Amino acid sequence: MALSVTRRAGWWTARRRDHLLGYLFIGPQLAGSLLFVFLPLGLVLTYSLNEWNVLADTFTFVGADNYRRLLNDPNMASVLTATGLFSVGLVVLNLALALLLAVLLNQRLRGTTVFRTLFFSPVVVSLVAWTIVWGFLLQNNGGINAILAAAGIEGPNWLRSGSWATVSVIVVQVFKNVGLNMVLFLAALQGVPKDLYEAARLDGASAWTRFRRITLPMISPTVLLTSIITVAGSLQVFAQIAVLTQGGPGTSTTVLVYYLYQQAFQFHHFGYGATLSVLLFVIVLALTLLQWRMRRRWVFHEA
Amino acid sequence: MRTKVTALGLAGTLALAACGSSAEPQGGPVTLRMTIWTGNEAHLKLFGDIAAAYRKTHPDVTVKYDTLPVETYTTTLTTQIAGGNTPDLAWIFENSAPDFVGSGALVPLDTLVKPEELAPSTTRLWQKDGALYAYPFSTSPFGVFVNTDLLKKAGQSVPAKGWTWEEAVKIASAVQEKTGKAGLVVRDFDYKGWDNLAAVWGGWGAEAWSEDGRTCGFDKPEMIEAMGFLHKAIFTGKAMPAPGTTADFFAGEAGMTITQISRASLLQDGAFGWDLVTLPTGPKGAYSVIGQAGIGVLKKSRNAEAAADFLAFFTNPENSAKLAQYFPPPRQPLLTADSLAKSNPLLKPEQLQDVVVDGIAAGRVKPSHTGQAELSQAVRAGLDQLWQPDADVATVMKGVCAAIQPMLAK
Repeated sequence: MALSVTRRAGWWTARRRDHLLGYLFIGPQLAGSLLFVFLPLGLVLTYSLNEWNVLADTFTFVGADNYRRLLNDPNMASVLTATGLFSVGLVVLNLALALLLAVLLNQRLRGTTVFRTLFFSPVVVSLVAWTIVWGFLLQNNGGINAILAAAGIEGPNWLRSGSWATVSVIVVQVFKNVGLNMVLFLAALQGVPKDLYEAARLDGASAWTRFRRITLPMISPTVLLTSIITVAGSLQVFAQIAVLTQGGPGTSTTVLVYYLYQQAFQFHHFGYGATLSVLLFVIVLALTLLQWRMRRRWVFHEA
Repeated sequence: MRTKVTALGLAGTLALAACGSSAEPQGGPVTLRMTIWTGNEAHLKLFGDIAAAYRKTHPDVTVKYDTLPVETYTTTLTTQIAGGNTPDLAWIFENSAPDFVGSGALVPLDTLVKPEELAPSTTRLWQKDGALYAYPFSTSPFGVFVNTDLLKKAGQSVPAKGWTWEEAVKIASAVQEKTGKAGLVVRDFDYKGWDNLAAVWGGWGAEAWSEDGRTCGFDKPEMIEAMGFLHKAIFTGKAMPAPGTTADFFAGEAGMTITQISRASLLQDGAFGWDLVTLPTGPKGAYSVIGQAGIGVLKKSRNAEAAADFLAFFTNPENSAKLAQYFPPPRQPLLTADSLAKSNPLLKPEQLQDVVVDGIAAGRVKPSHTGQAELSQAVRAGLDQLWQPDADVATVMKGVCAAIQPMLAK
């Protein structure tokens, strides 16, 4: 501090110094964003206007051809349906389960810390390791069906029959990440003033009414946050599908992000793959904006 | 704090700079990089020895073998090429041969030693306009490995050359019923890698697509018959593990497995008695199927000439004989039971004659086509409907052709 005071003469003012310090602090983050977010984004847009044949080493400008192809792609209907089903299932199950766990673990009971740790622990497990182990469990002759068989139930072929495969991938993903939303909900729940509950109880409100009328509105900012994160995340689920189903059976789990991987990296249509990732970007952006706009309708404090 | 931030920034810049530079300048010492999919220590040692021998006459050339995971090998390779990190030499699977050979990604190999020795059946896939674009360093026929212990336990006699598919399924069903282990496993198929089924439908004379690659073969009567047979064997006879069930023959979990003979190395532990027999005969009689791998020199390599020279050394008759202990060679003088026996102590001379020598001479290469990955995906998706107990085979097969015919006709 003292040093800068003596140097104040000339253009090197305290104001300038503070600015420089500020830029230094955001510099690494800014550089990272420019290099790893905005530059690739620009490149993807460029690629989407070109056809890039890696093996023949040709890069040809094709204008809107890739976008025209997108509109006429016979696989698009099934890909978007799978993506929609997958996202809706994942978001609903994830948020509902996270909230339920948070409410249960918000009780002042012995051992809740153990359970909180237990439910959160999958979040820190390596995603691929987690998925591979679940892949073994979900095999037709795997652990889950063995347990079901012991109880006299013949389990479905989890990863091989159309609708079960989608459900399986969703559940594996929800179990992996529900802990994160649970912790966010827990923090929000603990921020709800206790006197509100007390007042409600004195007025004779039932547990459900207290939850519906006090808890939900009070934690609604967190619900907004978690739903934005979870919706965006659900559209980017890739590793689970690559490991568990590779888009099958049929095309039932070929969601948009997996389809774009196939097009770009397996079929070598890098230009078309880039076009599909532009579509994915637009969808995620639109959904996020929509949720942000809607917040005035249902988020407490925002009205 | 500030030094920390600066240091971080520097490290990031360095990491980026390292990503950018890949190839050495020409002239002076050269490092050649060959992408391979084996991580087997014995294989790597042999390759290292060959590179060391080459270095004696070419002291400025170093060869680096880069093992990429086999499941995503081609994807990783093409991504490296797209990213400007092109290897100088690369192993190439038969299923991506048409893409690599047809696109002009490889340089023609005109400096190979004694190319006239190469068996014509092994080079067909790697040629374009009379030039050879990759050396078929491994030509591995499919055969049936048999766990003789399990078969005995199930009261079955060990099959011999000339056995039929009917017999194969009968033995497999019996193994499953009596021992609870899997009967017959088509290795690497797992209801996804359908091209391995060529080792089954070949007995019916069926093929995935016509010789010129323009007409779909999945809805032809012989294919429907072959797939119907397979479907019945899986769901009625329980001769093969059902979808979603895994069984590893080499871990003693199956009575028989159809795979390439290069997998014999997995048997070395000697945990159970085994035998190797030819593929069963189908309604169309005897047949054989081979899987292949080639080594090519990438055109985008800055050291293409040096790479081609090393490849000529790597595959000369002397080194081919050494490689033959792991990879069945394409050179005809080496393709005799006697010379193969020297390097394959695990296999008996008559097994080598029946499965390897005769197999390579008569074998059809597994299906391959330009744009194979996309085709393969469409076929896989279509066939998924076949792997249900109540599937209607003919309808499913028509569906497969409806999906891929537009791609074939392109």
